[in-house]
Amino acid sequence: MNSILLNSLRFLSLLIAQIFIFNNLNVFGYINPLPYVLFLLVFPFTANRSLFIFIAFLTGLTMDVFDNSGGIHAAACLVLAYVRPVVLQATYGVSYEYNVVKLSKGSFYERIVFISILVLIHHLVFFSLEVFNVSSILYILKKALLTGVGTILFCVLFNILFSTSRE
Amino acid sequence: MQQIVNFLIRYKNFLLFAFLLFVSLIFTVQSHSYHKSKFINSANFLSGGVYESVGGIQEYFNLKTYNRQLLEENARLRGIAQDDNVSVFETVAMEFDTLAASRSIIAIPESQFHFIPAQVIDNSYAKANNFLTLKAGAKDSIVRDMGVITSKGIVGVIDNVSKKYSTVISILNASFLTNAKLKSSDHFGTLKWDGKDPNQMQLVDMQQQAKIKIGDTIETSGRSAIFPKGIPIGYIASFKLEESKNFYIISVQLFNDMTNVGHVYVVQNEDLEEIQAVEAASKNE
Repeated sequence: MNSILLNSLRFLSLLIAQIFIFNNLNVFGYINPLPYVLFLLVFPFTANRSLFIFIAFLTGLTMDVFDNSGGIHAAACLVLAYVRPVVLQATYGVSYEYNVVKLSKGSFYERIVFISILVLIHHLVFFSLEVFNVSSILYILKKALLTGVGTILFCVLFNILFSTSRE
Repeated sequence: MQQIVNFLIRYKNFLLFAFLLFVSLIFTVQSHSYHKSKFINSANFLSGGVYESVGGIQEYFNLKTYNRQLLEENARLRGIAQDDNVSVFETVAMEFDTLAASRSIIAIPESQFHFIPAQVIDNSYAKANNFLTLKAGAKDSIVRDMGVITSKGIVGVIDNVSKKYSTVISILNASFLTNAKLKSSDHFGTLKWDGKDPNQMQLVDMQQQAKIKIGDTIETSGRSAIFPKGIPIGYIASFKLEESKNFYIISVQLFNDMTNVGHVYVVQNEDLEEIQAVEAASKNE
């Protein structure tokens, strides 16, 4: 029960922060980091996988409603949720299921690699669908990379801030 | 049968993933096609209400700018009123300005255009496809396809409408196209956005016979029935001939600062249905 409450709270606060603060940052005129994906990154690793995929879809769809972006957040979040176990295995090793129950249990280096890989995958899908034009592949890559750096920065920052205070 | 059930259970995560991905891709494709009803938009009770409450705070911070814009508009219209050659649109805008606060539809008998004031509660300009959300909807008699302008230029076209809110396809959106012409002559072209600079749009298909120079004003042509004729858009920042040497490609620097839009006017064209009916009839022949 406690975990449900905690995750709902995290969901709400990250989405509110995303919609009201990060969507209006416009660093260098066009970079708006998307740290709301942190909700999906730290979502309990032990949770039912189907449930997680469905929640990722709903998270993305909520962002789409506020962003008028059709289904691009939803699609990007789905891909993130689907590949998360693979990335988890790659960064934390095969035994992650037994040893690591929380993201903050891993070493700092492992955490950053895990966050970076998933954020970049999410952003690549997101900006490909947003621009929707194969000929502007360089623009997509540039935007995904620059926004990704911002997102990773905020995700790591939030992760450090909130995981230490709770323990 | 047993095998099918086993298969479903075994791959249930992948199937769920594939199905939801398919749904979101449908939403995405839908959002890229102009003029389709969309399920996912911010003109609904929840997001409209949320944006409204925050828009109120943002509006407070921008009061100074909005006051200055109003003063400038007043000064400009006062200057026009001194002239004898007052065009229909400008008279309407002038009348409208004094009554803007009352949120009523201003009707001038000679004009087919009415202007409905609306407040912007959400605006984006950094994405590839940008939208605005207005605090005005069906109950303010706003319908799809109405043009949206400010005192300085065009903003976009109404897309989805709910009872109290509506979304606007910004001019900074890949699916936005409109007709624009030179102020000094009737040569026209198609105005669109390349998705890069929020202050610059591109005017293409302008005949190379047109005499243009840097600094010339571009305005709406009145061909589209969405915007009245003669609304300023921007000035020519640079131009070049396209490869076939028949048409100009012109970069237009916008008069309107799309990164700071607070209050807008929605253009209601009384004759829109009539124009569309006539156009549809001649297409069928």
